[in-house]
Amino acid sequence: MTRPDPDLLLHATGLTKTFGDFTAVDGIDFAVERGESFGFLGPNGAGKSSTMKMVGCVSPATGGLLRVFGQDPATHGPAIRARLGVVPQKDTLDEELTVEENLWIYGRYFGLTRSEVRSRTTELLDFAQLTDRATTRVEPLSGGMKRRLTIARSLISRPEILLLDEPTTGLDPQARHVLWDRLFRLKRRGVTLVLTTHYMDEAEQLCDRLVVMDHGKIVAQGSPRSLISEYSTKEVLELRFDTDDHAQHGAAIAGIGERIEVLPDRLLVYAEDGDAAAAQVHQRGVRPLSSLVRRSTLEDVFLHLTGRTLVD
Amino acid sequence: MGASASTTTREATPPAPARWRPVFGSWLTAYKRTWRGSLFGRFLSPLMFLLSIGLGLGSLVDKSAGGVVGVPYLQYVVPGILAAQAMWVAMGESSYPVMGAIRWNMKYLAMLATPVGINDVLLGHLVYVAMQITGATAIFIGVAALFGSFSSWWVVLALPITVLTGMAFAVPVFAFSAKQETDGGFNILFRFIMTPLFLFSGIFFPVDQLPALLRPVAWVTPLWHGVEANRSLALGSPDFAAVAGHTAYLLVVIAVGGWLARRAFTKRLVV
Repeated sequence: MTRPDPDLLLHATGLTKTFGDFTAVDGIDFAVERGESFGFLGPNGAGKSSTMKMVGCVSPATGGLLRVFGQDPATHGPAIRARLGVVPQKDTLDEELTVEENLWIYGRYFGLTRSEVRSRTTELLDFAQLTDRATTRVEPLSGGMKRRLTIARSLISRPEILLLDEPTTGLDPQARHVLWDRLFRLKRRGVTLVLTTHYMDEAEQLCDRLVVMDHGKIVAQGSPRSLISEYSTKEVLELRFDTDDHAQHGAAIAGIGERIEVLPDRLLVYAEDGDAAAAQVHQRGVRPLSSLVRRSTLEDVFLHLTGRTLVD
Repeated sequence: MGASASTTTREATPPAPARWRPVFGSWLTAYKRTWRGSLFGRFLSPLMFLLSIGLGLGSLVDKSAGGVVGVPYLQYVVPGILAAQAMWVAMGESSYPVMGAIRWNMKYLAMLATPVGINDVLLGHLVYVAMQITGATAIFIGVAALFGSFSSWWVVLALPITVLTGMAFAVPVFAFSAKQETDGGFNILFRFIMTPLFLFSGIFFPVDQLPALLRPVAWVTPLWHGVEANRSLALGSPDFAAVAGHTAYLLVVIAVGGWLARRAFTKRLVV
C-alpha cells in the first residue's frame, strides 16, 4: 500500500452510475490535483451532474473506484463533505429567510460556532457583493444574486474543493461575467475548482484542464488550448446561405480547408487561415448570404468528436 | 477571506451524534419569522372547542343525560380533544413541510451536501415537530384548565402522552409525505383517515357505542390510545397499568414509523 498523495484531491477509475437500465456514467477515469481548475464539458444528459453528485458524496457510485481526499465516499461521506463546498445546479437557498440567515444556518451544519459563522458571513457577503442585501429576504433577489449567495454559502466552511454544477446556466451575460470574475478570484487564491458546464466559453475561461463527456463517457481530455489544436483547426469560416438545406451547398465548396461540417443553419469550413478559405469560396463563384471568420472554440471540438452541437 | 486552500486548517465538524442540532436550528430560524401568527392560532383552537363542544354541547348532554360515565361532558371530552389536536398539529407539520423540503425548496438536499446525514435531517426535523406539538399541547392544557376542564393534577402527565400521540402520527406521515409525487395524497389522508379518526376514536362518545365491527379499528389507531390515557389521567385516580400500556403502544408506532420514514427518506434523497 503506497502512501496516498496529499495533493491528489480527486481520483476515479472506471466510475459508473446506473439508474435501472440507464447508464448515466459509463466507466470514467479522471484525477484532479490541488489548486487545479477542472471541468466536465458536455451537453445535457452527458452524465456530468451524476458525476458531481458522486464526488459530492450524496449519490453512491454503482461501480468503479472513487477517492476524494484519498477517502472512500461510501465509508467517509460526512468527513469528505466537511471539506467540500457545493454549488448545486439549482439553488437550494431558503427563500423565506434573509441573505445572512442563509449563511448562518449553513455554517452551523459544519459545526462552526455562532460567532465564527457571523464573522465569516461578513467577509463572504463582501466577497459576493451582497453586503447591502444582508438583511433582505432571498426570494426577490435576481438570479445572479442568488447564485452568488449560493457560492458564498458554499465557502463558509473554507472548503478545499469547490464543486460547481453549471454555475452560470440561466444567467444573463452581465451576471455571468460577474460570477466568472468571483470564481477567478477563488482560483487565484488556490481553491480547487471542479465544475460542469455546457458553455464552451465558460470552460475556456475557467478550466486549466477539462474532460469532454458524451453519453456517460469521456471522449477527450486536456487543456482547452490543447483540445482545440488536437481536434480542430486554428480558424473556422462560417457560411450561411439563403436556403432550407445547407447540405446542398457542401459540394460546391468541397476541398476548401481541412474539413467541412454541415449544420442545419450554416456550413463550417475548418482551416488554418479562414480568410484564405473565404477567398477560395469567392473564387469558385459561391455567394453565401454571410461569411464570418472566427477562432476555433471547444464547441468545434465537441462537434468534431460527437457530430453534434453542445447546446441545442 | 474564507477560501485559501493551502493554508486551510481542519475545522471542527460537529461530532456525529450532534449533527441533528443545526437541522433543528434551521427549522427554528424559519419558525421565528412566523411564530406570532401561529401562536394566535394555538390559543384560538382550544377556545373554539371549549366554547362550542365543551360548554355548548356539554350543557345539553349534562342536562339530558347527566354527563358521560359519571362526569360532566366538558371533563369527559376535553382530554380527548387534546389528543386530537396533537394529531392535527402533527399532520400539518409533517405533510406539506416535508414534501416541500424534498420537492419544492430542496431544503433537505442543501443539508445533505454538508456533513449532515439522512438520520440527522430526519431527527432534527422530528424534534422540531415535537416542539410544535409540545407548545400547542401546553397552551391547550392551560386554556382548558381555566375553564375547569380537569379535575386532577395528574393532567400534567397528559402533556408527554399527548406529545407521543402526536408523534405517533407525525413519524409515519413523514414516511408517507416523502413518497408522494403530488399533494393529492394529503387530501385522502386528511379526509379519509384523520377526520374519521377524530370522530370515532372515543373522543365524543365511548367506543363501546360503536358497532362491534368498528371497535377494533379504534383500538389499532394511535389516537384512541392517546385519548384513553389522557382521560384516565385528567379525571384523577388514573389506572397506571393501562396508561403504561397505551404509552408503550404509542412508542411502538413511533419506532415502526421511524424505520419507515428513514427508508422513504433514503430512497428519495440518496439516488
